[in-house]
Amino acid sequence: MAEIKLPAMSPTMEEGTLAKWLVAEGDIVKPGDVIAEIETDKATMELEVDDGGTVAKLHVPAGSEGVKVGALIATILGEGETAAPPAAAVAERPAPEAPLMPSAVEARPEAPAAPAPTSPVVEPEATGPTKRQTVREALRDAMAEEMRTTPEVFVMGEEVAEYQGAYKVTQGLLEEFGATRVVDTPITEYGFAGLGAGAAMGGLKPIVEFMTFNFAMQAIDHIINSAAKTNYMSGGQMRCPIVFRGPNGAASRVAAQHSQNFGPWYASVPGLIVIAPYSAADAKGLLKSAIRSPDPVVFLENELLYGQTFDVPEGEATVPIGKARVVREGKHVTLVSYSIGVGVALDAATQLAAEGIEAEVVDLRTLRPLDTATVLASLKKTNRMVVVEEGWPVCSISSEIIAVAMEQGFDDLDAPVLRVTNVDVPLPYAANLEKLALVKVEDVVAAVKKVNYR
Amino acid sequence: MLLIRRFEERAGQLYGMGMIGGFCHLYIGQEAVVVGMQAALKRTDSVITGYRDHGHMLAAGIPANAVMAELTGRAAGISKGKGGSMHMFSVEHGFYGGHGIVAAQVPLGTGLAFAHKYKGDGGLSVTYFGDGASNQGQVYESFNMAELWKLPAIFVIENNQYAMGTSVNRSSSEDQLYRRGESFRVPGLQVDGMDVLAVRGAAAAAVEWVRAGKGPLLLEMKTYRYRGHSMSDPAKYRSREEVAAMREKSDPIEHAKREILEAGFADEAALKAIDKEVRDIVVTAADFAEAAPEPAPAELHTDVLVGTY
Repeated sequence: MAEIKLPAMSPTMEEGTLAKWLVAEGDIVKPGDVIAEIETDKATMELEVDDGGTVAKLHVPAGSEGVKVGALIATILGEGETAAPPAAAVAERPAPEAPLMPSAVEARPEAPAAPAPTSPVVEPEATGPTKRQTVREALRDAMAEEMRTTPEVFVMGEEVAEYQGAYKVTQGLLEEFGATRVVDTPITEYGFAGLGAGAAMGGLKPIVEFMTFNFAMQAIDHIINSAAKTNYMSGGQMRCPIVFRGPNGAASRVAAQHSQNFGPWYASVPGLIVIAPYSAADAKGLLKSAIRSPDPVVFLENELLYGQTFDVPEGEATVPIGKARVVREGKHVTLVSYSIGVGVALDAATQLAAEGIEAEVVDLRTLRPLDTATVLASLKKTNRMVVVEEGWPVCSISSEIIAVAMEQGFDDLDAPVLRVTNVDVPLPYAANLEKLALVKVEDVVAAVKKVNYR
Repeated sequence: MLLIRRFEERAGQLYGMGMIGGFCHLYIGQEAVVVGMQAALKRTDSVITGYRDHGHMLAAGIPANAVMAELTGRAAGISKGKGGSMHMFSVEHGFYGGHGIVAAQVPLGTGLAFAHKYKGDGGLSVTYFGDGASNQGQVYESFNMAELWKLPAIFVIENNQYAMGTSVNRSSSEDQLYRRGESFRVPGLQVDGMDVLAVRGAAAAAVEWVRAGKGPLLLEMKTYRYRGHSMSDPAKYRSREEVAAMREKSDPIEHAKREILEAGFADEAALKAIDKEVRDIVVTAADFAEAAPEPAPAELHTDVLVGTY
């Protein structure tokens, strides 16, 4: 007897939608037959069976959303086997896996889409009607809206068109705008980053997607030497209005070469704009501003945030570049962060509130130019500061914020500014080590207590 | 060609006097390439090259004063004195630089071709690079995309035989550089880059091919630089005799002069008059570049970003 459980179909997949059963109970299947279509947050995948037999039971109805990875979805009986209750089947086979609990199946056919991993509520800045949207959808809408109004805007990168985006961020753009404006490139980062920069010099407004910013290291010469410096070197005549965007930072279990935060690298370069949003509203509003900017922009997204849902203003709403935002008010300490670190800071703030410490959380949103005024104003109010960063500690955004606090906010400081970051090692693969290496809520809480002398 | 030759000689002198700093790569000996190419282009086309760019700028019609003043780092320079020898641009003249990183201009030029095709303006891009740059990987990334998307791009390899001090034979497993596009189906032609009419003929054929929508074309120009790689090059890698022989037998300007006289297009007196005119332009440019003021200190902070945030 074979128990078919929902497999993880990507490194970050935690649940999926059982879009369609291609077999019915009682059908005979052969090894390799496709029995179902599973929709993940990134793509629709086909599920094949390894063993042949008779489909005894489909445990999850078609259309079920939020089916957890590992949940039992079908039972297939081999030749000569007869149906038996699942509990008996488990008893017959003392496998090391956990006994099957029917309650493990979390199919909720009628329920609305399950909220993605908890994200503390961040109210959008703009007032007015909002809708619930994932960061992924917000980014797509930003591009689509700008492409509708500006013919010079086009998207290029690996798998952005026919595949619908390696992380589904460009989903639907090919259908709406066609292959001239949604361009699949060969795997050739150095080449297409340079080609994009040249097209920007030639009067277009390219959005260059890197499948991840780890691969942009192959292209960093064009981002810095060609895009960032040309306006200055030409005495202001040669502009390069281009957006380089894609996921940045650690994803899940993809180890050292695919997990790195390049924010500090790019933020050190004059001539670049560097943006790293947290919420979907900021992702959308800032990407729209980035596309409209006459300057080259590095737009750092985060794979783990793509599936998170936030309130996003309906209709036209941009967010200004270079403006940080106080996303939670407090009076005892300021937590400064950006991108996925903001979620860590907000979680820490919630824990601290239970202990009577009110933390103010500042989301930098733009890393260059840095909104030091907002950071310093908050410091003036709380007199204590901890910087939270999903990235390495050395020569980091944290380092920069600490320097700013020293140089411009020294008199407001009642304690040294501390940084809570990833551990200073390449990101390990093993689940326990990875967890140890990444920035943690407990560490933020501990640092806050330290600067509050508690 | 004569303007480029005299301009570069003068630039060499100014460098020796300390008026020009940093790196300065002279184009002397290669003049026929850029002059022949430019003769086949339209105003709407785009040109981009590496750091040996003074000749390309003059051929594009950029005033000698603005180029020389950039070399001396003055506010009146084409880049307000912020770019220098290797980083000059003129959007107005369709000249997109002036790039200091070897071969970076190749994908950038391919991007200019992409923009022409996207806009449907009928223009094309000409991307110049050297035999040294032809060994960079991004050149082939560019060939691949240019042919894949049939972009209106002409790639011109200025094969002056030496990548700094390393000869083509010592650096290239395929030293017939016009064949470098073969595995991408980019056709190539080898051209006598010391003969301005041969260059113009090849350029015209390339322009016709590219404008017809047949995709990119590669031209290998066999040429020679008389001076070192840059002003600080002692040129120990080749003999004086080799350079002298090339100057004597293959000089592009002397070659053009002979053809003009033989065909009766002009007489010695007319050529002398041109020579004087060119000398006057260069002397004026050098005087201008020496006398022009340096950029105001406040210019340090301008042009970093276009927008205000």
